[in-house]
Amino acid sequence: MSAETLQVLADVGKGKSTRGVLRVIILALIAGASIASRLFSVILDPWFNFRATKYLVANGFYNFWDWFDDRTWHPLGRVTGGTLYPGLMVTSGAIWHALRALTIPVDIRNVCVLLAPAFSGLTAIAAYLLTNEMTTYNSAGLLAALFMGIAPGYISRSVAGSYDNEAIAIFLLVFTFYLWIKALKQGSMLWGALCALFYGYMVASWGGYAFITCLLPLHAFVLILMGRYSTRLYVSYTTWYALGTLASMQIPFVGFLPVKTSEHMPALGIFGFLQLLAFLDYVRSAIPSRQFQTFLWLFAGGIFVLSLAALVIATSAGVIAPWSGRFYSLWDTGYAKIHIPIIASVSEHQPTAWPAFFFDLNLLIFVFPVGVYLCFQELADEHVFIIVYAVFGSYFAGVMVRLMLTLTPVVCVAGAIAISTILNNYLVAKTPTEEDQQAAEAAEKKGTKSGLKSATKPVVGIYSLWSKSLMVASMAVYLLIFVMHCTWVTSNAYSSPSVVLASRMPDGSQHIIDDYREAYQWLRQNTKEDAKIMSWWDYGYQIGGMADRPTLVDNNTWNNTHIATVGKAMSSREEVSYPIMRQHEVDYVLVVFGGLLGYSGDDINKFLWMVRIAEGIWPDEVSERAFFTPRGEYRVDGEATETMKNSLMYKMSYYNFNNLTLEEAFTSENWIIRIYKVKDLDNVGRDHISAAAFEKGLKKKKATKKRGPRVLRVD
Amino acid sequence: MAPKRNNANRGVSPNPKTAATSASATSSSAVPLPPNPNPSAPIASRPSSSHSASSSHPKTSASAPVSQTWDKVVSNLTSHYQKSTPQRTKLLDAFMAFLVVVGVLQFVYCVLAGNYPFNAFLSGFGATVGQFVLTASLRIQTTEANKKDFPAVSPERAFADYVVCSLILHFFCVNFIN
Repeated sequence: MSAETLQVLADVGKGKSTRGVLRVIILALIAGASIASRLFSVILDPWFNFRATKYLVANGFYNFWDWFDDRTWHPLGRVTGGTLYPGLMVTSGAIWHALRALTIPVDIRNVCVLLAPAFSGLTAIAAYLLTNEMTTYNSAGLLAALFMGIAPGYISRSVAGSYDNEAIAIFLLVFTFYLWIKALKQGSMLWGALCALFYGYMVASWGGYAFITCLLPLHAFVLILMGRYSTRLYVSYTTWYALGTLASMQIPFVGFLPVKTSEHMPALGIFGFLQLLAFLDYVRSAIPSRQFQTFLWLFAGGIFVLSLAALVIATSAGVIAPWSGRFYSLWDTGYAKIHIPIIASVSEHQPTAWPAFFFDLNLLIFVFPVGVYLCFQELADEHVFIIVYAVFGSYFAGVMVRLMLTLTPVVCVAGAIAISTILNNYLVAKTPTEEDQQAAEAAEKKGTKSGLKSATKPVVGIYSLWSKSLMVASMAVYLLIFVMHCTWVTSNAYSSPSVVLASRMPDGSQHIIDDYREAYQWLRQNTKEDAKIMSWWDYGYQIGGMADRPTLVDNNTWNNTHIATVGKAMSSREEVSYPIMRQHEVDYVLVVFGGLLGYSGDDINKFLWMVRIAEGIWPDEVSERAFFTPRGEYRVDGEATETMKNSLMYKMSYYNFNNLTLEEAFTSENWIIRIYKVKDLDNVGRDHISAAAFEKGLKKKKATKKRGPRVLRVD
Repeated sequence: MAPKRNNANRGVSPNPKTAATSASATSSSAVPLPPNPNPSAPIASRPSSSHSASSSHPKTSASAPVSQTWDKVVSNLTSHYQKSTPQRTKLLDAFMAFLVVVGVLQFVYCVLAGNYPFNAFLSGFGATVGQFVLTASLRIQTTEANKKDFPAVSPERAFADYVVCSLILHFFCVNFIN
């Protein structure tokens, strides 16, 4: 598709204005295509963001800022206004208000659903701008826009209805990088300030802003090491840092982090270093070089030692916090599993499998290194940026699946540079004439005499029409395959929302499994307004949004202990779990059970993480080892261990479908969701375990019997 | 310290091939320069570079030559500054010096008296630092010698940029000060 547009462009667009118009039209079409390719299926996901937006629209900005949410994290509640990135909600709220002001009545839900596709169109344009800074070929920019628009690595987070922070963050990421390159090239304060403003917007939108915070200093540092310090670098970097840091501190959730945590220290360090360099630069221009050396050694050495000492003292005195857990897990992939299971338990935080690169980037992953190589050939300041970004993006994408998202822009840019170079050489390059060749040979002879062979350029040209057409045709085929792959991936893999499952019947017809919504609907209609639902945190946002019931834990995993409490309740015996549930006023317990259908994403599958997280807080009460058979297997069949069989989760899923303390309240059509009601105390105030024990005539439960009611009567 | 310097001397004189790249440049440039009083100064100062872990140390050991060159450096610097800096730029420099003083005062206050309204300290300090770098940028952009670095930025544009950036900076500071 793009090759054909290029050909059309080459044929028709002879005049400059025609080309400009064509370029605008093509960009508009690309933006349209990137929006259209995201509309395969529409289901609003992260329900929490939608809920927050509704709150924002209904109650205004200041109330939203101070919002305390008592319907999540029961009984703690959550200071929502201070613990979220408000960029997404504020953006859609602003769009909603703008549309209302234009007398276009839209539902806030529609704004939320279509926000991600709309911003993907903007991302495509930002990629065009960024690429145009790298190369003189305009086609590269258009190709980059196209790739950015349809690359599955980005689509995965921006289909219609995927209303998450990444929806706008990737646009901001690419656009901030564009502004940075622009500022660096021109050495302009204004562009630096714009870069800082968009950086601030990015900080308001996504925790991944740290990527920018680390990448820009790194770029500056590499430039300095290459001996490329320039006054332009000073102007752009310091303007960005001074304004951007202040901008980022405006967000309550970020607050003082930029001056306190180690993630932000490289940026500060480079900022100070640039001040030194600027001063030295000035001194060098003022005095003779001999004296300058003396000056340099004394001055730079002294400053270096002083600042190093200050850093060490500040870190050891605890003024600067050490690196946070998520960042350790970026360096050491085994770290998270041992120390912070809550991070490792998220499937997005797992290391990336090799096929995922091909699946998400297809053709681009092959041409990506070519593009980086071409950047090495030119190696201006902005090409260094692409190289640095490519190296770090690749590393981080390899460490965490989720960070594939930050790699995608640079892959698109580098791939577009590579492909457009190939196409330009084979489409446009003229066959060199005899005279050219002779002149070049003569020049080459001269060149060998003067010494530097690599400085002379050999004559390169494509002579035969065959090779031209063959090459162009094969590139066109590759690009077509890429488009087909993207469409296929989008429609099959990334447009299936987690709430509705699609499967095939034996006769090939599609069968929709809609158990989640069935269960949430049941909760909404059959339970009390304030009935507390206990489930694993994955389903917290959905229950909060779709069933509108308070939950104990949800996807905003801010309180590890609370999650561990739920994990402990799930993984312990009923005697232990029941008091926990009573203390947290749990009315219903929701589990996901895939045993009937063979659905693999169920709670038993996630069960080990619950155990691990609980073990992290109560190592002597929950032990992961006890859930494995003596041969080290994780089994749920007849050979399951006793601990496993007695755990609440297992009982609710497989074993002994009748529990003593819970009674089945609802099971969805395919048994995927099972909801249990926590039984109240019986009419003499005993819990059911001790009551049953009493019936049997056992005496040994006396202690529990005594303790249970007394604790409960208090509240 | 003394054996170190001997090593350095030995390394330069009998075996010029290994130290050729560094030593040739230094010695050749040291000879034609008239303001340099004694040619042994660069060699004496080099151990301090390789050994700059304690910057005060070499000063005491080789105090006489280093301090002499140091004086020379400072006097050269001040004379160059006074001669070749336009009046407007000097005004900017005065402002920058003022900002440095204010910033240092705030920092000292924060260290001595505690950082309790941390918001206020950060925005005050951030305002001085930000204004300082913006002024430095303006100074760089308006200096004649740097003109070729900024083809897109005329002095008028530089000043307009400066005003806009300062406005943004102070907006953030006022918003953050609580």
